[in-house]
Amino acid sequence: MTERYVYLDHAATTPVKEEVLEAMLPFFKDKFGNPSSIYSIGRESKKAIEDAREKVAAAIGAQSKEIFFTGSGTEADNWAIKGIAYANRQKGNHIITSSIEHHAVLHTCQYLESDGFEVTYLPVDENGLVDPEQVRNAIKPNTTLITIMFANNEIGTIQPIAEIGKIAREKGICFHTDAVQAVGSVHINVEDMNIDLLSMSAHKFYGPKGVGALYIRKGTKITSFLHGGAQERARRASTENVAGIVGLGKAIELAARNIDENAKKLMELRDRTIEEVIKKIPFVRLNGDRNRRLPGNVNFSFEYIEGESLLLMLDMKGIAASSGSACTSGSLDPSHVLLAIGLPHEIAHGSLRLTFGVDNTHEDIDYLMEVLPPIVERLREMSPLYENVKRGNKNV
Amino acid sequence: MPKKKVMVGMSGGVDSSVAAAILLEKGYDVIGVTMKIWPESNSETRLREDGCCSLFAVEDARRVADKLGIPYYVLNFIDLFEDKVINYFTGEYLRGRTPNPCIACNRFVKFEALLHKAVSMGIDYIATGHYAKIVYDDSLGRYLLKKAVTASKDQTYALYTLTQKQLARTLMPLGDFTKEQVRAKAKELGLPVASKPDSQEICFVPDNDYGKFICENTGKKAEEGDFVDINGNVLGRHKGIIHYTVGQRKGLGIALGKPMYVVRIDAENNRVVLGEENEVFSSELIADDLNFISIDRLEGEKRVKAKIRYSAKEADAVISPLEDGKVKVVFDTPQRAVTPGQSVVFYDGDVVVGGGIIQ
Repeated sequence: MTERYVYLDHAATTPVKEEVLEAMLPFFKDKFGNPSSIYSIGRESKKAIEDAREKVAAAIGAQSKEIFFTGSGTEADNWAIKGIAYANRQKGNHIITSSIEHHAVLHTCQYLESDGFEVTYLPVDENGLVDPEQVRNAIKPNTTLITIMFANNEIGTIQPIAEIGKIAREKGICFHTDAVQAVGSVHINVEDMNIDLLSMSAHKFYGPKGVGALYIRKGTKITSFLHGGAQERARRASTENVAGIVGLGKAIELAARNIDENAKKLMELRDRTIEEVIKKIPFVRLNGDRNRRLPGNVNFSFEYIEGESLLLMLDMKGIAASSGSACTSGSLDPSHVLLAIGLPHEIAHGSLRLTFGVDNTHEDIDYLMEVLPPIVERLREMSPLYENVKRGNKNV
Repeated sequence: MPKKKVMVGMSGGVDSSVAAAILLEKGYDVIGVTMKIWPESNSETRLREDGCCSLFAVEDARRVADKLGIPYYVLNFIDLFEDKVINYFTGEYLRGRTPNPCIACNRFVKFEALLHKAVSMGIDYIATGHYAKIVYDDSLGRYLLKKAVTASKDQTYALYTLTQKQLARTLMPLGDFTKEQVRAKAKELGLPVASKPDSQEICFVPDNDYGKFICENTGKKAEEGDFVDINGNVLGRHKGIIHYTVGQRKGLGIALGKPMYVVRIDAENNRVVLGEENEVFSSELIADDLNFISIDRLEGEKRVKAKIRYSAKEADAVISPLEDGKVKVVFDTPQRAVTPGQSVVFYDGDVVVGGGIIQ
């Protein structure tokens, strides 16, 4: 019954690129040595890790000794935020973040609040942008950390990171950015942007799941995350996920090499989708900034329908999309991001996120545009609210 | 002809799992769903292992769906469940009544909202693992709700609110099976939940402490008041009306030298009326908020068997319409603990005539 399978959820995860997989494979079996061992196959693993570290550093304008591998983007966020908060507790206990962060940041901040820290959650404007002046005004004598995401996972908004970094630097406050959605898609330079800590996750840029990295600027005071052996300069003990790290290194190398070309392609798909959806479907709004957004992200709210039913019907037609961030049970709660940009509760329930990848084609968009409008139409036909709208009686 | 599509409500338990399997065998295009009715933050209920809509239930249901090779989704009914079931439950207790939240959940969540969602997505039916039968009667031109073959498992009592439109789009494949057959079927299919115990208490009150739940959920404190006899003489103090139900004898915390029972709850005056056993019996009741299934409406007196709570035995009675749309039920012999807020359901043999809420 399904005519096509079209994957439009690259913000959730991406397939591992062929070259990445090839680079990883030897490290499962033939080159299985423990990087901490002194003999040749151990040294070979160690070298592979250090090569990957250099690639990551090169991609973001850092030095390789400033790169620490982790088990995920979430782990990198947890380490950055808790690590800075606890290491600087004598100095102060105030953290500044935004209200549209990923849960890896928000829930970590909430955890710290329960341990006596004070957190300011900055609001965002209707496009989801943080105002750097509000960051400046939120700074207090006891502020030790500013953590603002590079690009939002739901609505794709790219924050004014360089401006915020400049303010943080002026005030001598540590600046962390969750760049999980941005790495590989937009140009990042930690020097130019005054970033002190940056989180990334390999599976968002065609690398494997289960491996991430945290950039920590040289000289930053931070606690260790896992205690044990001397891996990652004793900051994050654990036998290294060698194959995963090699995969991350290869993936970021490829992404950095093709960044402009890929962005151009994704923006073409993105802009075409925005244009056609707005033209063909009434009562729709684009969430997030029209221009300052990730090249592969679109996020729509369709009035009078539930996002949940829409996603299920798209899935039945072979289109993989999402409504925002995935959660434990896989069901949909109203998005905190959409609520923060001022959408009413019922509309925050009805959003659709489509995130394109390098393998998507214009035929995929053709298929989407063939399938999506009739689904929206059908769901609206069944909605009592829409019934009233059609009768021209909108005030119910 | 394309296969008919059916959306099965799956709780992760044996019954709904087997219901899905049977429908698949019958040739339907089956989609599994679990209704999410608790916010993520309510960890106590969410992490219980036996709750029907907990995170564990979702995991179990997902495993069953994988085993059966059917698509599976979790649907969000958190707001609706809070509004139509939890608020109703606490509100009724605060009014001195004893509600049945499972009936409210069936009525507003499963057979209204879930069904609407399924239909709007182009799905033909919804199905559940209830022990009951739905059959179309040509001579009456109506869908009938009938008791399951195993009387002890029959769940029609909690389904009397189903309308003709809902019955037309609902499948209950377990009505012809015994629980033993269902368990055997689960085992035969290698379903991972074959030996899970049946769930018992109300799903959102895991420890069965309704009083505590109501206080925590409404932020209201149970206000102490007087126990009185039927003539209004004060007998002692009670801990708040939400802690009592009609017919209750245990846990009154009062010694009067003879067994005493809750006869009535007087919410307006915050009093609990106690009496001796014979005072707990009533020979009639008035029911409101009615739904009829085997008949379009009640036009005169009708002899039925009436059941006044889930666990009660059916009793011979005559029902008759009142002017305001309510129904009067007169029992042949007086019934123990007729409780406002509970439902009374009328049967004609194994056919559900209808039912309503006791006033």
